[in-house]
Parts: sequence; structure tokens; C-alpha cells
Amino acid sequence: MSSAIVIPAYVRRHSFIELDARARAQSLMDPGSWRELVGPFDRIESPWLPMQGIAPQSDDGCVVLKGTIAGKPAVLIALEGKFQAGSMGEVSGAKMTAALDLATQDSQNGKKTAAVLLLETGGVRLQEANLGLAVIAEVMASILALREHAPVITVIAGTVGCFGGMSIAAGLSSYIVMTVEARLGLNGPEVIEQESGIEEFDSSDKALIWAINGGEQRVGMGVADELVLDDAEKIAASVQKYVRAGLPQVPRSQQVELYRERTAALDTSRQIDPLTLRKSWNRKTNQGGAR
Amino acid sequence: MEQLKFDYPSAVRPVTKRAHVGVVGSGDMEVLMQPSETGGAQVSILTSVNGFGASWKAVMDRFFAKYDGAVRIDINDAGATPGSVMLRLEQAVEMIAPREVIKQ
Repeated sequence: MSSAIVIPAYVRRHSFIELDARARAQSLMDPGSWRELVGPFDRIESPWLPMQGIAPQSDDGCVVLKGTIAGKPAVLIALEGKFQAGSMGEVSGAKMTAALDLATQDSQNGKKTAAVLLLETGGVRLQEANLGLAVIAEVMASILALREHAPVITVIAGTVGCFGGMSIAAGLSSYIVMTVEARLGLNGPEVIEQESGIEEFDSSDKALIWAINGGEQRVGMGVADELVLDDAEKIAASVQKYVRAGLPQVPRSQQVELYRERTAALDTSRQIDPLTLRKSWNRKTNQGGAR
Repeated sequence: MEQLKFDYPSAVRPVTKRAHVGVVGSGDMEVLMQPSETGGAQVSILTSVNGFGASWKAVMDRFFAKYDGAVRIDINDAGATPGSVMLRLEQAVEMIAPREVIKQ
């Protein structure tokens, strides 16, 4: 007696979220095309963390790969969410900025080089204070420069999500890809609760947080472009699609009038629920994204 | 935070590759393993948890009782348990010499 063993797709899939930043980065590049820049053996660590009794990391939680994606020149910059919550320090920020600026230089010299950002970050690294804030400003300037020449694609896979100043950096990119597990927001839920009280935002209410910050809602609202499953092959396919697509007609952050109109049209006399917001903001793509 | 250093001069078998494994996340560590420049093995540990020098030495002694490669090892630690430390070291060895089995 024998029966075929059926392994469902959700078991066979290759989880992206379970990978560390380096493995995530490597899984999105064309095989054999890439090399790592300023890797762990270069030992460019944060000089500020040890002064505060915190062990640094040899790549400062930022992995930079140069190679090709879908056959086109690309640089991939991945933040490690498990190291200091993916926070941006002087070194990790400098690596990201330098990689983006080199891509801009190459693009200006005729070799269009796309950038892919894997953002798992709470934003600025508080231990590095103003230096962290300064690098985030530099990252934003570098994204704005590159996106004129080649697409800047942000992937937020989770589970840290993308918050703080880096959520603005995500908003400046040409395309945003999110998983259902990912969150995107300016202030993290715990920060809002701390500042405005639990009546404003209950950070222990996961359903509420995901209904507002989660990938499904962000894509449903049209502030992110594609919802993908936690599957390395599917995320790679999505990134390749946007590398091939080139520049969007108008970057989202330049559609100022559209967002002014949308905001003005909201009825704030009553509490707006996430689904209503999704419908009123983005009727066209409210079909549950990639699912 | 504490810096610890250990030497194992009898680990002299040459190695040619290098490996980096792990993340400095809570309860974990990263290890950089590469050919030693001076012969013998040198271990340098930076740990955010103070007061566990004896445990580190015990784990390293045990590792070098089974492994004789002339490696330089650098560890950044965020509170890995001795078991996790040993697993990370064995993982690094597996990467620099896939066929090499650590003596049991």
C-alpha cells in the first residue's frame, strides 16, 4: 500500500524572513554575479557602541552586494534586523550612502545601476544620536539622486519592519515590496502609545497594529506596490520585475497633489477604520495585492 | 563589556579559508575565523556580558581539544550560551573545511 505524499506549498517554500541579512541579500542577486563590499573581514565596526558597553558587529549590521539582478547592474543593501534592531549608525549609514552614490555615479556614466534596499529597521541608532540622524538624511539625499537614473526598490520582509526616519527613506524609493508579516510606519506602535496614551494606540493589540501598519493595508492603500508571500523565490521574482520595469512615471513622493486631495477628502469627524481608508484611497488596487 | 584573549600554540595545522557566521543579536554572537598570521591559534572575544571568563575559557579549551587548525578567531558576543558558542564555532569550521570532521 502506498500513497503519494503531498507536501503543501507553504511547507516547501523557502522562507525569506528566516534568513539573516547576508543570506537574504545573496538570495536576491543573480547567482555567481555578486561580490560583497566592505564585508565583515574589513572590520569596519561602530566605534561608538563599545564605549557604551555594547558589542559591535563586524559589518555594523549592513551588508552591501554588487552584481546583477535580472541581468542588469545592481547594488543591494541589506540591514540586519537582529543586530541593534537594524538601527542606522554612522558606519551602516555611510555604507548605504556610499553604495547608493556609487550606483548614481555609474548610472550617470551610462551604466544604469538599480539599488535594492532590504529595510529591517527601527530607524536611527539612539546610541549614535546625531550621527545616526545625519546618515539617515544622507541616505534620503542619495536615494533622491539615484532614483532619477535607476529604480530604487525597497523590500520590507519583516519581522522588524521599517520605522522612524528609514520609513521616509522607504517612501522616497521608486517601488516598495512588502510581505504580510512586514510593517511600515513613521512612529513605531510603542512610541505612539508612550507619547499619546493607550487610548490612542494599544501597542499590545497586534491585529490593530497590522491592520494599520501591515503589508496588506499598506499595499491596499497604495503606499506600497506589491504584497508578496514570505517566499525567497517570490520576493526575488518581484524584485526582478521592478528592476526590469525601470523608473516609475512619477515617484510616489512627488504625487503631492494626489495625497493632499486624498487627505482633504477624509471624514475625520468619526474614527476611520483601516478598510474604509483602503477603499477611499486606492480603489484601483484594492484587490488584496499579490495574494 | 569585557575583552578576553586566549592562545592555543599547539593548534598548528595550516588552514587556507575564512568564514563568518552568526549575528550579534540577543543570545547570539558572530565569529570570524581565518588563517592565523603568526602560527598557532589566537582567540579574541568581545562580550557585552561581564564575568564569564572562566566559561569562555572552558568552551575554548574544549573546542581546541577537538580542533587543531591554526586559526585566528574573533568573536563579538551578545550573550550566547556555551552551547550556542560551540555550535557557531563548529559551523565556522564546517565552512572553512566542509569535509573536515571535528574529532568527537
